[in-house]
Amino acid sequence: MNKNWWKILSAVLLVYTIVAGLLGPVPALPLLEETIRNLYFHVCMWFAMMILFTVSVVYSIQYLRTLDLRFDIYARHFAVTAIVMGLLGYATGAIWASYTWADPNKPLVNSFSTIARDPKLIGAAIALLVYFAYLILRDAILDIDKRARISAVYNIFAYAILFPAIWILPRILPSLHPGNDGNPALDVKNDISSSMRLVFYPAIIGWTLLGVWITTLKIRLQLLADKKLIA
Amino acid sequence: MKNVFARSILFLVLAMCTSVAVGQTPNSSMENLMRSNGRIYVVIAVILTILGGLLFYLVRLDRKISRMEKQ
Repeated sequence: MNKNWWKILSAVLLVYTIVAGLLGPVPALPLLEETIRNLYFHVCMWFAMMILFTVSVVYSIQYLRTLDLRFDIYARHFAVTAIVMGLLGYATGAIWASYTWADPNKPLVNSFSTIARDPKLIGAAIALLVYFAYLILRDAILDIDKRARISAVYNIFAYAILFPAIWILPRILPSLHPGNDGNPALDVKNDISSSMRLVFYPAIIGWTLLGVWITTLKIRLQLLADKKLIA
Repeated sequence: MKNVFARSILFLVLAMCTSVAVGQTPNSSMENLMRSNGRIYVVIAVILTILGGLLFYLVRLDRKISRMEKQ
């Protein structure tokens, strides 16, 4: 078996996501209309981010168990790609909200204060800022072993705040953002229409694998650069 | 390096040829498809081109890093 099969799978799933995502049937929802297709793109960015952050924290724990610097490099690069995915999710969400949450009778700027107050947005911003701090903390420590150890511990704490910030906090406050009751995205019976689920789940896998691919490239480059340190 | 440059030029020329060819046959089925359904297929073609370009770039990077790893 070709060891690159998952890269091909990622490409195939992404092509499928775009073709089926733009052409496939979607329920006619009030207000959302065709923008519900953003589910295959905006929401998948956040799913990919959560999966990549999970991989990152697993490698951080692995580092603390073994003190092998390789795991430190893995953890860092998975976190960076996850941050990029999160920023893309934030940017796409801003565009989507501008044309669904904003009051169409007023200029867009007037709705900003209402939209920016949404707990889901604030939670996501907290989570991303916590991870920005992870990168700053890392790069502020010059001693390689100390840097690896402190940032691995910090990464575990950051992961502990991630899910409360993006899932729990917005659910206990009134929010415009969908997905605050029940079991969002995974409720087979009454959440997403079955025709959309046929595109949505492959899309999550496709985008996540793309993130993993980018990360592995960065890791391999870093391992080459740090060859003397690791061997 | 020169080879890569020549190949990219060839690719661009071929890409331009196809767009010109499509433009000259207004009644072809391809043309009808692209103009149907509010021209959504044009959007798909654009996004797929961007995705293809990005994936091509990733494959190239992947190969380059593999070559560096072998050294």
